[in-house]
Amino acid sequence: MKEIYLDNAATTPVLPQVVEAIIDCLKNDYGNPSSMHRLGIQAEKRVREAKGRLSSLLRCTEDEIIFTSGGTEANNMAVLGTAYDKKRRGRHCITTEIEHPSVLQAFAHLEEQGYEVSYLPVDQNGVISLDHLKSLIRPDTILVSIMHVNNETGSIQPIRQIGAMLKAGPGKPVFHVDAIQSLGKLPVYPAQWGIDLLSASGHKIHAPKGIGALYIRRGVRIQPILFGGNQQGGIRSGTENIPGIVGMGEGAKWMAERLAEEGGCLAQLKSRLLQGILQAFPDAVINGSADACASHIINVGFPGLRGEILLHALEEEGVYVSTGSACSSRDKRFSHVLKAMGLNDRILEGSIRLSTSYLTTMQDIEEFLPRLTRTVQRIERFTRR
Amino acid sequence: MGDRIYLDHAATTYTKPEVLEEMLPYFTKQYGNPSSVHSFGRESRKAMDLARERTAKALNANPNDIFFTGSGTEADNWAVKGAALANRKKGNHIITTTIEHHAVLHTCNYLEQNGFDVTYLPVDEYGIVDAEQVRNAITDQTILVSVMTANNEIGTIQPIKEIGAITREKGVLFHTDAVQAIGSVPIDVDDMNIDLLSLAAHKFYGPKGIGALYIRKGVKAQQMLHGGAQERNRRAGTENLPAIVGLGKAIEMAALDIPGHNARLEALRNRLITGILSTVEHARLNGHPEKRLSGNVNFCFEFIEGEALLLSLDIKGIAGSSGSACTSGTLDPSHVLLAIGLPHEIAHGSLRLTLGEQNTQEEIDYVLEVLPQLVQRLREMSPLFNQQKGGQIFV
Ligand SMILES: Cc1ncc(COP(=O)(O)O)c(C=O)c1O
Ligand SMILES: Cc1ncc(COP(=O)(O)O)c(C=O)c1O
Repeated sequence: MKEIYLDNAATTPVLPQVVEAIIDCLKNDYGNPSSMHRLGIQAEKRVREAKGRLSSLLRCTEDEIIFTSGGTEANNMAVLGTAYDKKRRGRHCITTEIEHPSVLQAFAHLEEQGYEVSYLPVDQNGVISLDHLKSLIRPDTILVSIMHVNNETGSIQPIRQIGAMLKAGPGKPVFHVDAIQSLGKLPVYPAQWGIDLLSASGHKIHAPKGIGALYIRRGVRIQPILFGGNQQGGIRSGTENIPGIVGMGEGAKWMAERLAEEGGCLAQLKSRLLQGILQAFPDAVINGSADACASHIINVGFPGLRGEILLHALEEEGVYVSTGSACSSRDKRFSHVLKAMGLNDRILEGSIRLSTSYLTTMQDIEEFLPRLTRTVQRIERFTRR
Repeated sequence: MGDRIYLDHAATTYTKPEVLEEMLPYFTKQYGNPSSVHSFGRESRKAMDLARERTAKALNANPNDIFFTGSGTEADNWAVKGAALANRKKGNHIITTTIEHHAVLHTCNYLEQNGFDVTYLPVDEYGIVDAEQVRNAITDQTILVSVMTANNEIGTIQPIKEIGAITREKGVLFHTDAVQAIGSVPIDVDDMNIDLLSLAAHKFYGPKGIGALYIRKGVKAQQMLHGGAQERNRRAGTENLPAIVGLGKAIEMAALDIPGHNARLEALRNRLITGILSTVEHARLNGHPEKRLSGNVNFCFEFIEGEALLLSLDIKGIAGSSGSACTSGTLDPSHVLLAIGLPHEIAHGSLRLTLGEQNTQEEIDYVLEVLPQLVQRLREMSPLFNQQKGGQIFV
């Protein structure tokens, strides 16, 4: 049976050309970019090349990119690094209730240290209100951190408008965007959109795990959270993960090509998925408005079913999905994102997330739909009576 | 002998083919997120568990006490900052040495700005810390001692077991930065009474971008990266699976035959040291003659700039370093060389050559053929050398 991987929001397969570049790097360009000899210079050149690729995807300049050990570190750096740098100016931050734990936990850590954090609620589509955000901004607000695409529901925040509003308003708090789920799938251009800091993660763009990046607008200052050899201009100490960086560059290049050429293909997969699911299960609920959400993430609730059971039953059919975000799938609590959208427990319990990538084909979807139908019917025979 | 001779293994090593081999399936086939509950994820988790067991075995530790990080720097930061902040109620005093890596020193500076007192113990002319000095520096406020197992610049190996015995007796936490030591110095965290230990795979033929911190059961260390529940809720971030697998394989291989590895490298190292001492005048070996890493050679050549020598060597196809890689971009003299008592002008003229498993005697002999000529040529251009010829000389 052909395996169908619909868990691309958790992580994506690494592209063959990315693996090749990584192997080449591990075998041949293994130098330390801080070294002065040829191998070191060669390694540094590869870092610059990767920066070039990522910066052309983001339409920013190369020197605005810093590499990290992943999306989590990028988010932690942005939130903690800004708060520590601006603490004399103020100690108030704004974020949303639906951020990834790597943002929420960083803010929780700040709260323990006397910072004040306002959490914006979202509507039933998972979207914040611009007016509400505006009303929360105070003279001592130093940071606004809002994700672009949510990892559980795919809901999209109006980042461009928020950026414009913040740049036009008083105080001009630093604006951080977790773009980990949107990068390469939706346009996001920090330099033009008024974004000061933007997080990216390699393993969501077909590059390996353990590599991430932070865009830092020129002129924006943050405090480092790692101290040491002062690599990367002193902002992020630690020997650079060259193979990871090279891989991330390759991934970014490929994503930029796909975004330009076939941005529409993800939307086609999504509309076929939605149509197929709703046809087979009229009482299924799409969490988040189908229009206000990104094309590669669908969160669907089957009332009366248990998401976890569905997940494992689908697995027996060779289909891989998730019940929420991978990082929290080990804690038993319900998704904080779905809760924030006001869903009732019956839907919360029966929700699964389907997430596609540019490697997913229409054929995959056509094969998936009957397997889903079969599986749900099989479970219903046991649970619903 | 290839066209390039790599003698900068302390900066970073190549990744062994066997290590790479084990990593590959985790990019394209077993790419599941280890936190995912489906079987893709579970397979990934199994691979991670194996890597954790291999790491633990190499340190004689419990696998549950191994936590993977994004680098050696992160492991050092976590150990020092994390242990300091988590044990603040017990005291605010930390003891370390003047020759630690900047990942430890700069973290200590940060802590000083945040209300901690740090004692920087001096070292002797060989770069060795006196264990009794550690004992004497401990006060009722001391919560942590951080002393590196082996130094990255001059290769000096510290009396870790003696220090561990003292910290255990005094009830103080003991961290050691073993980033340079893995594969050359046998480690037993129980026998050596180590509470926290940092390591980085790219120093022992594993990949870059992955490190680990050993945290003894029951030792408190505040979290560094906040977010998902990975690494049993202590280090957030999607696990770098291929690199973790690589670290596991690399450390298993590195720990397999430490005496054999050391014997091979020491033979080459001693040939290089003796060769240099017998052919180059006014050359000083930095670090201890015996208590040093099997692959480390560090010399000062008077009257010349380390950087100039480095570039000349590079043209001849020999990759070495002046001091550590991370500071080689700066023009400040090495803090380690200053700490062992070298004056500024001499600390500038240092050359570090660090050997690895693939180096051959032929390569060493080529270095011995080329190096004296290069030093000679650079000295002839040096006004200092011409002035001092025949005069008083530092040795
Ligand atoms: C929106 C979002 N932010 C942050 C992260 C964390 O990134 P990483 O897994 O690279 O640490 C993820 C993915 O896990 C994510 O989906
Ligand atoms: C002794 C020592 N500690 C810490 C580090 C930092 O490790 P990394 O650069 O991999 O973060 C290094 C290497 O650069 C080192 O030699």
